[in-house]
Amino acid sequence: MIEIRELYKSFNGQEVLRGVSLRIERGEVLALIGMSGFGKSVLLKHIIGLMKPDRGQVLIDQQNIFQLKGKSLEQMRTRFGFLFQGGALFDSLTVFENVAFLLREKTAMKEAEIKARVLFELEQVGMLGAQDKNPAELSGGMKKRVALARALVMDPEIMLFDEPTTGLDPVTSSLIQRFIRECHERLKFTGIIVTHEIPKIFEIVDRVALLNQGKIAEVGTPDQILESTHPAVAQFCSGATEGPIAWQ
Amino acid sequence: MIIESLRKLGDYSLSMLKAAGRMVVFLGTTLFWTFIPPFRLPQIIRRISFIGVKSLLVIVLTGAFSGMALGLQLFYTLRRFGAESMLGPAIALSLLRELGPVLSALMITGRAGSALAAEIGIMRLSEQIDALEAMAINPYRYLIVPSLIAGIVVFPLMTCIFNVVGIYGGYLVGVKMLGLGPGVYWVQMEHMVDLRDILSGLYKSISFGVIVTWVCSYKGFCTGYGAEGVSKATTEAVVLSSVLILAWDYFLSSLMV
Repeated sequence: MIEIRELYKSFNGQEVLRGVSLRIERGEVLALIGMSGFGKSVLLKHIIGLMKPDRGQVLIDQQNIFQLKGKSLEQMRTRFGFLFQGGALFDSLTVFENVAFLLREKTAMKEAEIKARVLFELEQVGMLGAQDKNPAELSGGMKKRVALARALVMDPEIMLFDEPTTGLDPVTSSLIQRFIRECHERLKFTGIIVTHEIPKIFEIVDRVALLNQGKIAEVGTPDQILESTHPAVAQFCSGATEGPIAWQ
Repeated sequence: MIIESLRKLGDYSLSMLKAAGRMVVFLGTTLFWTFIPPFRLPQIIRRISFIGVKSLLVIVLTGAFSGMALGLQLFYTLRRFGAESMLGPAIALSLLRELGPVLSALMITGRAGSALAAEIGIMRLSEQIDALEAMAINPYRYLIVPSLIAGIVVFPLMTCIFNVVGIYGGYLVGVKMLGLGPGVYWVQMEHMVDLRDILSGLYKSISFGVIVTWVCSYKGFCTGYGAEGVSKATTEAVVLSSVLILAWDYFLSSLMV
């Protein structure tokens, strides 16, 4: 369903993606792991067409997202949900308005239906009661939960999670992971989770891909990754400081 | 050595030209989306409040003191020629044609333009603009167009308020403090000021509204990284807007004289 072909991207002469190729099947959840600053978030933004590559393709159901424009790009993006690293909640809107935003913009739902839907989503993420607060009044974990509710409110076919649990306490982190799993069971979305939560995240994903030195070093099931003899994978999973992975 | 200097000058000129080109494309894109429905009235009203209502106090204060200062200076200058009776029209014409639109635009730039650049810049840094795009919402339509329309609505209104308060400030000094007859002040003004004077100032203020919202939105939209990026964008927005206001004012004045 999502196919990334030979994706290259550089910033100010520094190559971040050096020919990334990856295929994610419909309904599959893939964890994208790798060192910080190695281009995982950049790859995620390419998948939804927020960034343009130097060369390469991202095919969503055989459609190259970089060739879409105007209405067709808009239609394509409505199939996505994106959880940003910092939540990216709109400061000028309340929690309720943030979650209701897409329902108001993209559907013809009545206000009563929107209210019911938003409250349901907020209840799912344990944020019922915070609907009148502003994002500035929320903690990091609360922002992530509201952002998750916002990302899932339109029942997306494809969900992109950019470090959904980074910086959170272990309990909130586990709750968010459980919520992602429950939502996947309910919505059957195709998901990509950029994460450092190893091996905890392996419980909710079908496959894992390691991005190293701008390329996918290895892809496999969580068990295959944990047992992998690939030096970079083994180093990353064990957290060893010695090995092929080095700070850039 | 000379070739190296020329090369650097050429590179600098090219980068400036590219930056100007990007700004023009930004304005063109914004203007294009301005005329495409649906029109986002709630956002426009929110922006009118952000740019206009919150600038009201500073406009009233600067208008009052500008009018008072004008009253004081012009009264003594005109008295040298025995022309104190011309105080009313002199203040009114100075304010309506020149000082009202320019000073109110500069004050709104300082109050709201900088805030606009900073707000959009922070939205860029905190990925809120990316979030809009990811949700298939056009950020130009959602963020920039309402600001532009609000600028076009608010700037002439603020200029009118500035002018009225300024004229009364001049009245306070000229008539109440320095003893000019109130009838002289108003009657002469009525004789000397015509609709064209008022309209020329309003046309200017509309164009200043476009300039300020365009420049400040652009600088915020294309902000660099971190707090330094936002700070730089805000400073550049205010400086460039102010320079463009004064340059454009001269250009329009030369056309409207």
